[in-house]
Amino acid sequence: MLAAFFRLFGRDVRLALRQGSAGTSTVVFFVLAVTLFPLGVGPETAVLARIASGVLWVAALLAAMLSLDRLFQADYEDGSLDLLALGPLPLELAVLAKTAAHWATTGLPLIIASPILAVLMQLDGAGYLTLVAAMALGTPALSLIGGIGAALTVGIRRGGVLLSLLVLPLYIPVLIFGVGAVEASIDGLTQRPQLLILAALSLAAAVLAPLAAAAALRLNLE
Amino acid sequence: MTTMHRFANPARFVRVSSAVLPWVTALAVLCIGSGLYFGLFSSPVDYQQRDTVRIMYVHVPSAWMSMFVYSGMALASAISLVWKHPLADLAAKASAPLGAGFTLVALVSGALWGQPTWGTWWVWDARLTSVLILFFLYLGYIALWEAFDDPQRAAKAAAILALVGAVNIPIIKFSVDWWNTLHQPASVMTLSGPSIHISMLIPLLLMALGFTFYYVAVLILRIQREIVARKIRALRLMQTEPAATPVFGVPAQ
Amino acid sequence: MTLPALDWTTPPAPFAGRSLTCIRGDRLVFSDLSFSLEPGRALLLQGPNGTGKSSLLRLLAGLLPPAAGDLLWANAPVRATQEDHRARLHYVGHLDAVKPALTARENLAFWAGMAGEAARVDAALDTFALGHLADIPGRFLSAGQKRRLNLARLAAIPAPLWLLDEPSVSLDVEAVALLAGLIAAHGSRGGMVIAASHVDFGLAGGATLDLGGFAATVAA
Repeated sequence: MLAAFFRLFGRDVRLALRQGSAGTSTVVFFVLAVTLFPLGVGPETAVLARIASGVLWVAALLAAMLSLDRLFQADYEDGSLDLLALGPLPLELAVLAKTAAHWATTGLPLIIASPILAVLMQLDGAGYLTLVAAMALGTPALSLIGGIGAALTVGIRRGGVLLSLLVLPLYIPVLIFGVGAVEASIDGLTQRPQLLILAALSLAAAVLAPLAAAAALRLNLE
Repeated sequence: MTTMHRFANPARFVRVSSAVLPWVTALAVLCIGSGLYFGLFSSPVDYQQRDTVRIMYVHVPSAWMSMFVYSGMALASAISLVWKHPLADLAAKASAPLGAGFTLVALVSGALWGQPTWGTWWVWDARLTSVLILFFLYLGYIALWEAFDDPQRAAKAAAILALVGAVNIPIIKFSVDWWNTLHQPASVMTLSGPSIHISMLIPLLLMALGFTFYYVAVLILRIQREIVARKIRALRLMQTEPAATPVFGVPAQ
Repeated sequence: MTLPALDWTTPPAPFAGRSLTCIRGDRLVFSDLSFSLEPGRALLLQGPNGTGKSSLLRLLAGLLPPAAGDLLWANAPVRATQEDHRARLHYVGHLDAVKPALTARENLAFWAGMAGEAARVDAALDTFALGHLADIPGRFLSAGQKRRLNLARLAAIPAPLWLLDEPSVSLDVEAVALLAGLIAAHGSRGGMVIAASHVDFGLAGGATLDLGGFAATVAA
């Protein structure tokens, strides 16, 4: 069962790498979205530094969400989802494997890109390490919660807009504590509670989200 | 036919609910009427807020209802997923626009109240923000219902979403409260102290009761309407495909 | 065609459906449908479009829960052992589950690996004359080649019960013959086939189940 889990994870990562689009276009979107803010609010260093952590997190949220609609859609359209549902791997674990692959191909590149963008946004030096740590702990929750939305909308034509309507409100806690962690460390306070809460959110989502997503997929396969 | 029980239920519901409906409607009118009278004319003005405090008699019950209706929706969704009770689906579906309506009233009345008291239409107060997010959750739920062609499937998907939302609401509420204590501007004053005078409490409770009865009455109407709509759908289906038998159709003998 | 001797992970056993009812949306597709199938036998589903052949196959696979009735494997309800049931069947639907970015071999090896049966991948490709296409990405395969690649799962992963939904679509005459041979070999080892098809694969000793009636019943 563990072998099947990693095989599915490996296949999805390989598909994402071969098609090349998912990871790179997510990062490009992330960079582009962040770039728009100095153009929108003006280049003053103080202003940018003030909003940097918020902008980075909001852009990361949107970037993670954009690639979600293909999470199950491709497998649904070509019949692979039927076979996955009939395979020896419980659908909940298949969902977890696919979500993990989604995180590895979109969340991970975002984490790597975030400190570079933080430089562009004049983020206070004290916040860098926390930003990366908070992203690392928070982005899994984004992929997992997003997986529920992707599973619910898998059979719907043009489900992308609906997906964002379903998922974005659920992203709010991750946003709040992600930004909170960075701001706390910039203010010289401890960022520990926020990081722990982010970890808790990701862990809880890892347990609960696959249940909901698998239930939604089963329903869409009926 | 093994599936007969599925439409025996709605038929009984229509009978019972039609008998109850006039009473619930009367109670709603009575409670809201007397609540408005006490609230608008015979309750004291707030020493600080003057007459604007009377917005409370609409705002607070709506905010309560917005949460109450979502809890009801989540409960109905759980019942529908576990026991596959068709009425639970209908109740959840019929509740959503009502809940969204209450939430909208709470938001708009909050803004109208905020203007004279806080000097601005909108503040990112923890409660207002939470209610705003709740409004988005309602909109997502309604949109998901609309997105499916097949009502059975839509019901299940929406039920899953309602439960996911129910799990998340406390987390969202907690995070928004936490966020708010960090960013709270000092000027915002918190409403009403720990105690509320009995002359204000009575109209408030009357209004809350009235809103609940109103909700029940409209819920009954909406469920009945949905049952009729499904019957029509089933009959249309029979016309196009003679071999098909409606599941939600003619009442059982 | 001959298939190598095989230790079934799950041996074939009598498979039956009892008073099955299927509802899609608000529509009753069929009701009170019963059948039974002995090891080594086949069942051909017939009936005009919309009578529920595909729905029945999805229902038999466990993808679609029956609104009423039971599936029985070796006279025990399948309901309680869904995971075992999934392990003993192959479902071939309208879609071929071929990833355009993976080669033919990778595609098949993935499904075989998921089932823990990686050993027979190349042999299975040869079964459907796909050996020379093994390293070609799925996006370059024709519809018939994709269908053969999907059917190669039957040879790569042993399972006693095959559920085939119009398996001959987009296959040429030779490929149909290959499939017929595979089905015959499967039957000779005690395997079972339930297929919806307009082509008769010489489903030897096969019964037919006509879903054309309003309430379809059969004694197979």
